[in-house]
Amino acid sequence: MQKMPQWADVVLIPLISLILAALLSALVILAIGENPWAALKLMVEGSLGSTYAWGYTLYYTTNFIFTGLAVAIAIHARLFNIGGEGQAMLGGLGVALIALFIPWPHWSLALLGGAVGAALFGAAWALIPAWLQAKRGSHIVITTIMFNFIAAALLNYLLIGALKPSGSMEPATGRFPEATHLPTFQDMFSTAETALFRGAPVNVSFFVALLACVAVWALIWRTRLGYEIRAFGQSESAAKYAGISPTRIIVVTMLMSGGLAGMMAINNVMGEAERLVLNAVEGAGFIGIAVALMGRSHPFGVLLAALLFGFLYQGGAELALWTSIPRELIVVIQALVILFTGALDNMVRMPLEAMFLRLRPAPKPARKTEPAE
Amino acid sequence: MTDHTPAIELKGISKAFGPVQANKDISIRVMPGTIHGIIGENGAGKSTLMSILYGFYKADAGEIFINGRPTQIPDSQAAIRAGIGMVFQHFKLVQNFTVLENVVLGAEEGAMLRPSLAKARRQLKQLAAEYELNIDPDARIEDIGVGMQQRVEILKALYRQADILILDEPTGVLTPAEADHLFRILKGLRDQGKTIILITHKLREIMEITDTVSVMRRGEMTATVQTAETSPPELAELMVGRKVLLQVEKAPATPGRTILEVENLTVIDSKGVERLRGIGLEIRAGEILGLAGVAGNGQSELLEVLGGYRKAEGRIRLNGEEIDLTGRKSDARTRRARGIAHVPEDRHHEGLILDFTAWENVAFGYHDKPEFNKGIFMDNAAIKADAAAKMERFDVRPPNPNLAAKNFSGGNQQKIVVAREIERNPDLLLIGQPTRGVDIGAIEFIHEQIVALRDMGKAVLLVSVELDEIMSLSDRIAVMFDGQIMGERLPSETDERELGLLMAGITDTDKPHSEAEIEANLAKKRASAAKEA
Repeated sequence: MQKMPQWADVVLIPLISLILAALLSALVILAIGENPWAALKLMVEGSLGSTYAWGYTLYYTTNFIFTGLAVAIAIHARLFNIGGEGQAMLGGLGVALIALFIPWPHWSLALLGGAVGAALFGAAWALIPAWLQAKRGSHIVITTIMFNFIAAALLNYLLIGALKPSGSMEPATGRFPEATHLPTFQDMFSTAETALFRGAPVNVSFFVALLACVAVWALIWRTRLGYEIRAFGQSESAAKYAGISPTRIIVVTMLMSGGLAGMMAINNVMGEAERLVLNAVEGAGFIGIAVALMGRSHPFGVLLAALLFGFLYQGGAELALWTSIPRELIVVIQALVILFTGALDNMVRMPLEAMFLRLRPAPKPARKTEPAE
Repeated sequence: MTDHTPAIELKGISKAFGPVQANKDISIRVMPGTIHGIIGENGAGKSTLMSILYGFYKADAGEIFINGRPTQIPDSQAAIRAGIGMVFQHFKLVQNFTVLENVVLGAEEGAMLRPSLAKARRQLKQLAAEYELNIDPDARIEDIGVGMQQRVEILKALYRQADILILDEPTGVLTPAEADHLFRILKGLRDQGKTIILITHKLREIMEITDTVSVMRRGEMTATVQTAETSPPELAELMVGRKVLLQVEKAPATPGRTILEVENLTVIDSKGVERLRGIGLEIRAGEILGLAGVAGNGQSELLEVLGGYRKAEGRIRLNGEEIDLTGRKSDARTRRARGIAHVPEDRHHEGLILDFTAWENVAFGYHDKPEFNKGIFMDNAAIKADAAAKMERFDVRPPNPNLAAKNFSGGNQQKIVVAREIERNPDLLLIGQPTRGVDIGAIEFIHEQIVALRDMGKAVLLVSVELDEIMSLSDRIAVMFDGQIMGERLPSETDERELGLLMAGITDTDKPHSEAEIEANLAKKRASAAKEA
């Protein structure tokens, strides 16, 4: 018997958490002498008010979809991959190598190649922690977070060394060739009369992210592998009884998780920067954790949560630009949202469950419940 | 029988967990100086009722009277003050403390330990003399047997001056000899004026030692009768609400060719402890081999090895063909493909994924079969249809494949597992604790299915800690102790006493053996296991 209807779990809890976070943020903004209402209006306008604003919001959203899916898929196997940051960095390296050293005839092929390269590099970076977990029992949380630092150091080394064009003073690769530049929304949707998304970084990889959502959904709930991943995540002892190899599930799941995190690079490296710079990921790997938690590890939930965080990111940037609210406070607001939607989930859930139990009429016999998907 | 005010009287106790009414308007009078049994199927509300009495739950409605006085029991401290002691099914003892330290724990007086311990030592001696509760106060819990540990729990309650003792399924982990000893202790306590409430699902125990018995069904108290005036069939009917066959009806076995041969099977676990020591056995087609033994003597490991998810040394042949025990192909998937089906002992952690729907569970372990797959996708429609058909044949209620496994009762969960495994028509069925936590109605059904499979000429290995089950289902009985097979018997030529001795590791069953001897043997085994670890 479920404690409360599914819509409450999926919609009501995140909504209440979000309102609580917003209220607390409003108090903080009040406390430093700014007007929270004006701040909210600025955030909404700056992130949703024009196609330009949307162009930034959706750009961030694309990043968060990839890293959110990466965390979500691992959670289904009860693996907590917090190495999305490092895996996305390595994905950037994969994209850079493929864009710089292979002469691509057309952007579509370059996108395909870049996606494969990004996924391969991200997956390879997740492979070692996965292997250590499966064979040695080294905890995946510890190893993946350590691999974030190793990734940062590795990229640092490459960007001031082998990958830096000679003569350049900047720790970055050279610009990728013209043929690898992805079409932005401006290229795709602007007509001669109206310029839409002008100058915004959102590009065709947003659609790849949407495709990835569908693919992950199909994988988790429609394929044998997804079935085995979920079974393993629910109960390792039962998985062994059923003949599902824990080693295989851990390794395969982490490869896919790392691959998804790595694929973020087609957006931020290939689509936006068009070269690889230091710290290209900018924390999106960590935001992915919050996105996956808030999205209940469901690809559709991840999409919505990624949109929310895209809005927070872009809105926050606008606040920093136009008000005297310091940049740090915007991080505080984002952290409050993460805190309430992720960590303090039970604070909202338990009273709500109690309320639903009290509201429930006498038990109905043989109530039809839909499969939990 | 005495005729004072009742030691415990509950009036109109009700308790609901959300929509589930665990206790409905329950009234009961327990007279002082009696052993009062409470019997009912799993989920009938026995444990909830006792938890209310012991202060773990607060009743939604109703009153509690102790010795005629209305009493509030908001927590277990209050229960202890009211003179109630509880012996749980799973003991709450500190493994590396001595008996004395465990008894004192939580009842220390003053900041210094020494005076409390000295006082406890004196009292323990007194209690031991009074109630035949002999036990070495300086022995460590980890070195003494399960029966002894249970006595420590009883001593703990008595030390806290309990006049009313509640025992929750106390014989689940005991050999028959240990259970007999426990019953003697309980009778002694009763004769000294203590009041005892015994919660159990075993009819035999109720008949053997209680004075009065109350029957619970679906949260309600359906009857309270004098034990002398009732009979097991009547109690079973009261528990289930319809007539039940307590004896399995089966024709004599006609064993055919050998299906399973096990030779010299040895398992050493990750701590270096030998769990199986050279097991050998054989099962023929059309035969049920019952494997008896106290839990934890290697039966689980044997099932895991045969089921394919524990590595072992030795040889296993199925239908005359060697089975790989250590290599890459030694997994549960390969075993299933070779015709071994397995109903595991623990359906919650192995047999089912509780959060999965029933239909997902009916495919579990067989999810790679071609009929359940279409290319890279699973054929959910086919799986659902298959699940619905199996659930109907096995009368799983409610017959809704979309319901999560955790929402079915224990008996119906077990039917899902049994249906999944038996319907695959295996050559060999491994079945562990088939009726643990299963209601009587479902027990009857599951036993019939096992016998039907045997009659189709299949081999069955039945592992159970319930001797009754082993005796009534098996065509041959093997007894395990400390990782070894102590002997094989035919059910028609043995009895509980003899099996009980084998379960305690004593093979010369013709000679009489004292309880002390049995206990010494069990303690020796524990000590050697501890040393190896």
